Amino acid sequence: MSNAINALTRSLNVFHLAGSACNNCDIEILDALTPKYDLERFGITLVGSIRHADVLLMSGIFNRKAAIRAQELIAQAPKPYLVIAIGGCPATGLMWRDSYNWERPPGDFVKIDAFVPGCPPKPEAMISAVVKVIEGLRSGELVPGCLHTSDTVAGDPALETAGGS
Amino acid sequence: MNGNMVIVEFLLFPGLLFTAIAGLLTAWVDRKVTAMVQMRVGPPLLQPFHDIRKLFVKETCVPEGGAIGLFLLAPLLGLAAVALASMILWRALLDVEATFVGDLIVLIYLFVMPALGVMLGSFASRNPLASIGGSREVKLMIAYELPMVLAILVPVIQAGSIRLGDLLTAQPPILSVSGVLALLVSIACMQAKLTIVPFDMPEAETELSGGALIEYSGPPLAMFKLTRAMMLFTLPILLLVLFFGGLLTGPVWQRWVIGFLVWFVLVAITIVLRNTTPRVRIDQAVRFFWGPVSVVALVAVVLAWAGW
Ligand code: SF4
Repeated sequence: MSNAINALTRSLNVFHLAGSACNNCDIEILDALTPKYDLERFGITLVGSIRHADVLLMSGIFNRKAAIRAQELIAQAPKPYLVIAIGGCPATGLMWRDSYNWERPPGDFVKIDAFVPGCPPKPEAMISAVVKVIEGLRSGELVPGCLHTSDTVAGDPALETAGGS
Repeated sequence: MNGNMVIVEFLLFPGLLFTAIAGLLTAWVDRKVTAMVQMRVGPPLLQPFHDIRKLFVKETCVPEGGAIGLFLLAPLLGLAAVALASMILWRALLDVEATFVGDLIVLIYLFVMPALGVMLGSFASRNPLASIGGSREVKLMIAYELPMVLAILVPVIQAGSIRLGDLLTAQPPILSVSGVLALLVSIACMQAKLTIVPFDMPEAETELSGGALIEYSGPPLAMFKLTRAMMLFTLPILLLVLFFGGLLTGPVWQRWVIGFLVWFVLVAITIVLRNTTPRVRIDQAVRFFWGPVSVVALVAVVLAWAGW
């Protein structure tokens, strides 16, 4: 395990990127950060700027325009970082799947390191996901998507033209 | 003392390394007490160290079109200044004779540097939110520097000297009316100098999402965080020397116990203020510092002159 990954797992700063979520996932994310669950015990804090972030929580679907913004935002994050998709929306689109602005799941244009299923997932589910991610990173089973060298998915040209207008 | 000793003192003890460790421990006290106020458990003891270590292994992002050199050098300014300030203070505390005439003036200037660093860094980053944060930092500094310097004048007038050694051996100002007033003023100014709630509008997490430091990542951000932690440790020591200096007498253990208790009370006041007040607007802060705080500081100076 590299020094950088070890340092990362001990102090995760979370940035919350809400796409077109129905808001329940966002509220559950904030619930997980309330005194009841007290994630600061594990060094997890919420930050306001993507430049300070180590973990990007994506919630909701990303329609054509939001997808471009999400890509731009993720390109600004300092490496190494993790992308965790919260809820069923970013995985499958759930009930938005057939709506007119649905393009594709975010997994097609960013490398997502973990999915937390649920609609919305409980704070306990998110904490358990974070614990699993940390364990995976420490044991070397999980390599952050941003450090992969091959098959890059970011910067898909079709997507960039789609919502540019 | 030869040149090498000074470098060792600056880098190890009581300069950079010592102040950094002590500052991060103080930052932990801050976070832990905050957690207790909110009825949480709070972070483990080494959490601030882990945070800094992590930032040092992260990538440094440089904003496109920003003034890169200034952007990367700005954090060093504050870090070096606060390490130097801590070194001067600690040398005075450890050995009253190891001070020089006018070191108090040097300290006043050094304590301005961290705010200057944040300002320069924010303007160099070419981010609109950072610019708002930077301009707020400028206004805040203009607001609190006047009462701060007036408050520092009180012990100077009472001891009749601008040498830390003389302040440490003089009658402690806290035993006089003017000293108490000046201490209250300095506590308010300290809160603003540390840019913590209620005077954290340069960063304003919820409205400027990081404000002045929004574009910083990796090692430069770590340096800013370290600087703030070190300020949280060092500024109460400045107040301790200024207002309680004369109390630090007697056997060594007694001096350390009194010193530590006073320092801890000052830090605790800061933390409690931070947890019980909402953020004020920048115009309210300027009005507060130029209005009541400056008036109280002026009254304290006049009283000190009159011998109270
Ligand atoms: S996963 Fe369910 S709760 Fe979460 S944003 Fe989607 S629809 Fe809402």
